[in-house]
Amino acid sequence: MHALRAGADPHAGQAAAAAQGRSASPPGGKVVLGSEEIRRALTRVAHEILERTDGAGDVILLGIPTRGVPLARRLAAGLAEVEGRPAPVGSLDITMYRDDLRLRPARKLGHTDVPPSGVDGRIVVLVDDVLYSGRTVRAALDALNDLGRPRAVQLAVLVDRGHRELPIRPDYVGKNLPTSQREVVQVLVSEIDGEDAVVLGKGPGPSEPEASE
Amino acid sequence: MIRHLISAADLSRDDALLILDTAEELAQVADRPIRKLPTLRGRTVVNLFYEDSTRTRISFEAAAKRLSADVINFSAKGSSVAKGESLKDTALTLEAMGADAVVVRHSASGAPHRLTRWVRGSVVNAGDGTHEHPTQALLDAFTMRRRLGRLDGLRVTIVGDVLHSRVARSNVLLLDTLGAEVTLVAPPTLLPLAVSSWPCEVGYDLDAELPKSDVVMMLRVQAERMNAAYFPTVREYSRRYGLDGNRMALLPDHAIVMHPGPMNRGVEIAAEVADSDRSTIVEQVANGVSIRMAVLYLLLGGSESETERAEAAR
Repeated sequence: MHALRAGADPHAGQAAAAAQGRSASPPGGKVVLGSEEIRRALTRVAHEILERTDGAGDVILLGIPTRGVPLARRLAAGLAEVEGRPAPVGSLDITMYRDDLRLRPARKLGHTDVPPSGVDGRIVVLVDDVLYSGRTVRAALDALNDLGRPRAVQLAVLVDRGHRELPIRPDYVGKNLPTSQREVVQVLVSEIDGEDAVVLGKGPGPSEPEASE
Repeated sequence: MIRHLISAADLSRDDALLILDTAEELAQVADRPIRKLPTLRGRTVVNLFYEDSTRTRISFEAAAKRLSADVINFSAKGSSVAKGESLKDTALTLEAMGADAVVVRHSASGAPHRLTRWVRGSVVNAGDGTHEHPTQALLDAFTMRRRLGRLDGLRVTIVGDVLHSRVARSNVLLLDTLGAEVTLVAPPTLLPLAVSSWPCEVGYDLDAELPKSDVVMMLRVQAERMNAAYFPTVREYSRRYGLDGNRMALLPDHAIVMHPGPMNRGVEIAAEVADSDRSTIVEQVANGVSIRMAVLYLLLGGSESETERAEAAR
C-alpha cells in the first residue's frame, strides 16, 4: 500500500499543478532563484535549524504538500550531513483544515505521514515552499494540534513573498522576495517538476493566495 | 464530482479512484489520538432509514461525526411514518430543517432517486430495495485494493442471492468500471432475468470458479425478501453454494473472503471461514467508515453544492 502511494505521489503533485494552471516550465516568468541558489539557501536554513535547536536532536521536519514535502526531505538530508544523524521527516496535509474549503469544489487530499516517533514533546519544523497570506500555516497549526502536543513549532519556508493576512512569521527563510499581490510565485522542485527554480510571473490577479502550496 | 450518489454506475473511473484515494488518507484519522476533522463543521447530515440497519447507519453516523457534521438520525419506526406520512412530506420536513445531505435507505428501489427532486442537499443512497448500495461497493473495492494491492484485472466471484442483492448489482457495476472481472455464481432461480446484460460472467458451479478467484464475496440469503421457494432447503443451498472450510481450501493462497454482513453463519458461510485470516468481514466495517467519510467530504466539502443551492433558490 505504501509503495503504491509513494509511486502515486509525484503524479498527484503534477495533477495538482496542472489544475492550478501551472506547468513544469512556466512561460514568461522570471527566474529569481536557480537551482544552485536554492541549494545554498537550503544549506543555510539547515545550519540555522541546527543552531536554533541545539543540534536538532528533538527536531521533526513536516513538509506541507505538495512542494513542502521534498523541501523538508532536503533539509533533513542537510541536517544529517552536518550532524551525522538523520532527523525524522514526514508530511502534513492541511486540506481538511483550510478556511476556504467552501469557496471551491472539494479538493483531492494530500498525504499525511507522521514519523512513528510522533510529535509529542518534539520540536516540529513546518516546511513550505512559499509563505504568502499565512492561511496555510494557520491550517497546519490546527492540523498539528490534532496530532499531538509538540514542545515547539517553527516554520521554514523557501520564499517569503510578504502580504500576510494573519499574525504569522517564519523562523527560517530561504529568500525574502518582495512582490506585488498581482504577481505569482512558483517554486519548482526537481522531485516533482524536473527542475529547481523559483519563478516570478505576472498572474491573473490576487485571487489565488498561496496558489503554490 | 457528482452531486448525489445514487448508483455505482454514476461514478466514472476517475471519480471512483478519487473516492478510494481520499478514503485511504482518511483511514489514518482512525489511528490518531483525536479522531476528528473540522471539515464539515456546521453542516447537517440526516440519516433517513426506512429499513432496519445496524452497520450502515452507524457507519454513516460515525463518518459524519468524524468530519464534525451535525447528525440527525431518523428511523421509520417511532416516527410520523408510522402514522402514514409519505416520503415526500418527510423530505420536505427535512428540507425545512436545512439538511445538507440526506443518507437514505428505503425498501423501495428508486426512492433515493425520487428524493433528489424534493431536497436541495446531496442524496446518498444507503441501499434501496433490491436496486443498489453504492457505498458498500466502494468499501468492498477499497478492501480488495488494500488487501491485494490492485483492482485492475482482479478476478472477483460473487456467490449467492444475487436476485435480492443490491450489494451484488453495485459491486458488478463498480468493479467493471475499475477494471476487475466479476463472475456471479448462484442458483438459476436467484439470478435476475436481466443478468445477461450486466458486465459480468455467470456460472453455476462454485467449485469450478474458486481456484481462479482472487476474491470470493458471499452474499446473505435474504429470507425476508423471499416470497416464493427459490431453493428446496437451506441445507441443500448450503451444500451447493455455501463456503465451508473444504471449499475455502480450493482458493489460491492469496485470495480473500468477503461478506457484506449481516452473516447467516452456517448457511452461506461457515463459522470457521468467517473467522479465518482470509476473511475481511471486520475490516470491511472499519473501511466502511473511511469510505463514507470520503463520500461525504467530496459531496459536501467543496462549494459545488453551495452554488447549485443558490441557483435552485433563485
